[in-house]
Amino acid sequence: MIKTFIFGILLGIAAAAGALYAVPAVDQYREASIITVAQNGGNSEIFHINVPIDRVMAGGPDQAVMPLGLEWPDDEILGSVSTEIFKVRNARDSVIGIAARTAAREGESPILDWIIHLPARGSIYVNMNPVAEVGGHRIGEIRTGSRELSGLSGFVTERWVADTSGEADAHAGRIELSAKYIARQQEPRE
Amino acid sequence: MKYLVALIAGLLVGATVFGLGIIYNPFLSKQGLSPLAVTDAPTITLAFSAVATESIAYSNDGESNVAPHPDKVLQLWEQTVRQTSAMATVLRDGRNQTAGIGIKISSAADETDFLSGRALFNSIWYVYLPGRGALFIEETENYWEYLRDIVVPGYRSSGNIWAGSWLGNTTVGPGALGTAKVTGGSGEFTGAEMLGVESLSVRAWKADKGVVAAEGRLIIELPADTLADASTEDR
Repeated sequence: MIKTFIFGILLGIAAAAGALYAVPAVDQYREASIITVAQNGGNSEIFHINVPIDRVMAGGPDQAVMPLGLEWPDDEILGSVSTEIFKVRNARDSVIGIAARTAAREGESPILDWIIHLPARGSIYVNMNPVAEVGGHRIGEIRTGSRELSGLSGFVTERWVADTSGEADAHAGRIELSAKYIARQQEPRE
Repeated sequence: MKYLVALIAGLLVGATVFGLGIIYNPFLSKQGLSPLAVTDAPTITLAFSAVATESIAYSNDGESNVAPHPDKVLQLWEQTVRQTSAMATVLRDGRNQTAGIGIKISSAADETDFLSGRALFNSIWYVYLPGRGALFIEETENYWEYLRDIVVPGYRSSGNIWAGSWLGNTTVGPGALGTAKVTGGSGEFTGAEMLGVESLSVRAWKADKGVVAAEGRLIIELPADTLADASTEDR
């Protein structure tokens, strides 16, 4: 019986090690990417945010804060800063990540930045041109990316699309983020 | 029958011994000195509360021991973001004055491997410091030592609490020296590529609430030609 017990201990150690090795502790669910080839090179991907249902939080000195109970810091230094956090959806309307939009005024020059985080893929950081183009959209430059999205440059267009369906349960509209990815030229190795 | 009982008892003991061996293996995830601790370059240090209820807003899947804050905040329950948390918080400088705002989004990493002491998270920060500019921080964090030194003893204690003083760097990458990659986005940081480290100082933890007294720090090494603000500059 002692031999059986000792065998059981060894088997238990082996089984625990095998289970930890074979079963991943984390397995991020990944929606299939919906990427198309853009004209004149690069790849294109469109995200959107349904407003207001995808808004996680919104805060700023001159705007209604949400959710209920959120206390925006009453610091003079943050007097020109507003920020929002959203869930981000793909073209199939599935939530695939989290994004944050921060607007601020730096002297005379406004700042408008987006970060988009896709847990299974990586993140991108976008500096938007705060001045809207003709048609109301804004264009920003992908400053950097992480993991699968590192090494990419390109542009992101932000556009507000108001809902015109007239349906009673329709969203107010959606923020459309259209990304154009272009791989950076690799420096040749010497 | 008695052999079966002996085998099952042996299996349980074996699995337990293995688990304890993993948790208390001193060779796993031995934390080294942060490379930014010995840098000659100017650095800025930004402190923030690591307690969810002291942030502006914190959200996760709503099933973790750390409850979202405020109560009504939209929870991240969808399958793709269930293992992700998002936080907006005030960042303070060395004088404990508000220096700016930070947004941290953190996801459990597929590379997590308990066999090698890696409880990994892929995290990003957006940091905006009024008057100075914006930064984007990309980091891989390892919470293995936090789990081993705080969470396990916390669950073991009769009150399911841990109290003490724990300080550790959570950043382990993606830089080769275990540093975060910091990219300047605007203001004086425009175009700069920098290094950073996030550290955590925990004083109390509860099983049903997570950390209840803790402070985080972001240390960012500035390019040598950057003029560091006196309030945040360390060197």
